[in-house]
Amino acid sequence: MNIRSAKFFLLQRKAAPYVFLSPFIILFLVFGLYPLVKSLILSFYITSGPKARIFVGLDNFRFLMGDRDFHTAVKNTTVFTFFSVFLQLPLSLGLAMLLNHSLIKGRNFFRFSFFSPHLFGQVFVAVLFGIIFAPQFGLLNRILHFFIPQIPSDTKWLANPKLIMPSIVLTSLWMYVGFNMIYFLAALQAVDRDLYDAAHVDGANAFHRFLHVTLPGIKPVAVYVMILSTIGSFQLFELPYVLLGQSPGPDNAGLTIVMYLYLKGFEAGDLGYASTIGWTLALGVLVISLLQVRIFGMWKREA
Amino acid sequence: MGKKALLIIVYLLLALVTCVMLTPMLWLVAASLKSKEDLFHYLFFSPRPSLANFRLLFSDIPFFRFLMNSFFVSGMGVLTQLFFSSLGGFALAKYEFRGKKAIMTLMLATMLIPGQVMLGPVYQLIYHLRLMDSLWGLIIPGMVSVFGMFLFRQSMLKIPDDLLEAGRIDGCSEFRIYWNIVLPVSKPMIGAFCLITFMGAWNSFLWPQIILHTRDLATLPIALNQMVGVYSREYGTVMAGTVLSVLPVMILFFILQKEFIAGLTEGAIKG
Repeated sequence: MNIRSAKFFLLQRKAAPYVFLSPFIILFLVFGLYPLVKSLILSFYITSGPKARIFVGLDNFRFLMGDRDFHTAVKNTTVFTFFSVFLQLPLSLGLAMLLNHSLIKGRNFFRFSFFSPHLFGQVFVAVLFGIIFAPQFGLLNRILHFFIPQIPSDTKWLANPKLIMPSIVLTSLWMYVGFNMIYFLAALQAVDRDLYDAAHVDGANAFHRFLHVTLPGIKPVAVYVMILSTIGSFQLFELPYVLLGQSPGPDNAGLTIVMYLYLKGFEAGDLGYASTIGWTLALGVLVISLLQVRIFGMWKREA
Repeated sequence: MGKKALLIIVYLLLALVTCVMLTPMLWLVAASLKSKEDLFHYLFFSPRPSLANFRLLFSDIPFFRFLMNSFFVSGMGVLTQLFFSSLGGFALAKYEFRGKKAIMTLMLATMLIPGQVMLGPVYQLIYHLRLMDSLWGLIIPGMVSVFGMFLFRQSMLKIPDDLLEAGRIDGCSEFRIYWNIVLPVSKPMIGAFCLITFMGAWNSFLWPQIILHTRDLATLPIALNQMVGVYSREYGTVMAGTVLSVLPVMILFFILQKEFIAGLTEGAIKG
């Protein structure tokens, strides 16, 4: 190797990390950081389409606080998130514990069948469940009517404001319960088996073993899943939007925060107000995630 | 309670949940294979399976076009994200350089902010770049994945430095090291990443709904959502479309199952 190519060799080694990162950084700046900053600026404007805009200061935020449709959207989204965290996650953990039973055969089959609904994606799940929930010929009504004849077979799950949220929660349960189970199962399998044996020797019953060995063992994963699930639930959009035929449903019963953002920004054309909704959502999600970390303590592990 | 009794209860519960999970899918496949006359007559499969719904899909609607649109957008999305994320992840995992910490902190911070915040400004950008109503308008904003970059950084940290040094002594350029040494070792993570990214792009709805207007450009989620309104009484056709729409992801999952589950849970268990 001559001196020139040796120099080149050293130079390319020095430059490599910058060269490798530069496409990523450029794209990140253009389609990540710039839109974030720009949307903060936009939230101080009323806009119409991609060009026209008027500066209104904090008026968008002030208006949003008194916007009754936004209140409905926040309420619906919060109810949905509540069920995702306090109904769905315990069921996921329960399923994981069943599958983690040491003598179970066919674990891969069960795992796949529980997990597979997640592969559908929200839109296709909503298309399928839109028909499952249909009055008369829908699968749900026919099965319910078959087992309990007192229930009429023409329940309009997606037209009755009282039944819309339960329908959305049910659909999401079918789609995500197995997905979250994967995390819990992996966490359970990582818990030290010796700890169980020790607890057994000490005479701890099943409930105590769960409380003092299982729960502390899976706690970091549980908090991680809870935060992911909260963030995901607050961004709910496709499922109700497609399920309810591209609408928030009667009485706005299926209106969510992101759906409201979409309707305001891209059907009414006010990107400024949409950015205001977006930043309010971001702030809300951030505060709730921090609270969860605070309350459940992700960083310190207790024995 | 005896060990055997407990095991039987566990199996019963598992079987029950399996039924609940698989019944809607079975019903979906059954409905797609029923002729119009049999649709309401049989709850599940009819004794006379028919492919009429699938035929209608390709004769009445440009379904093949929608399939190709989805494959193009998802395929390009996977390839570009894979390349940029793994290259960036490699730089952050295996090099020390000025500004590294600042870059990582900045990216982590943006990960905490829901993507919908950016919809308005990205819409304006795409408008000014004249990419509205085009498939490239779907692909380009999605080319960079901060999540993917961290995923690759995490898995590449484990590659021993000696392996890279050996390559350097043999006279490999840094890019050759990435291409010939680092990428092949990262195969499991690449498998997991491809599936996660493909699923994300394949099922993506909000962004295409915002920027696509021409019917012929529709990806499958957009097309299926529109079919629901038009074919509400002939849902056999909608179900056939749904079957064909979820099939590619299912097949990909079967191939990459092991890598996917390992990749999904790796961050959670160790992080």
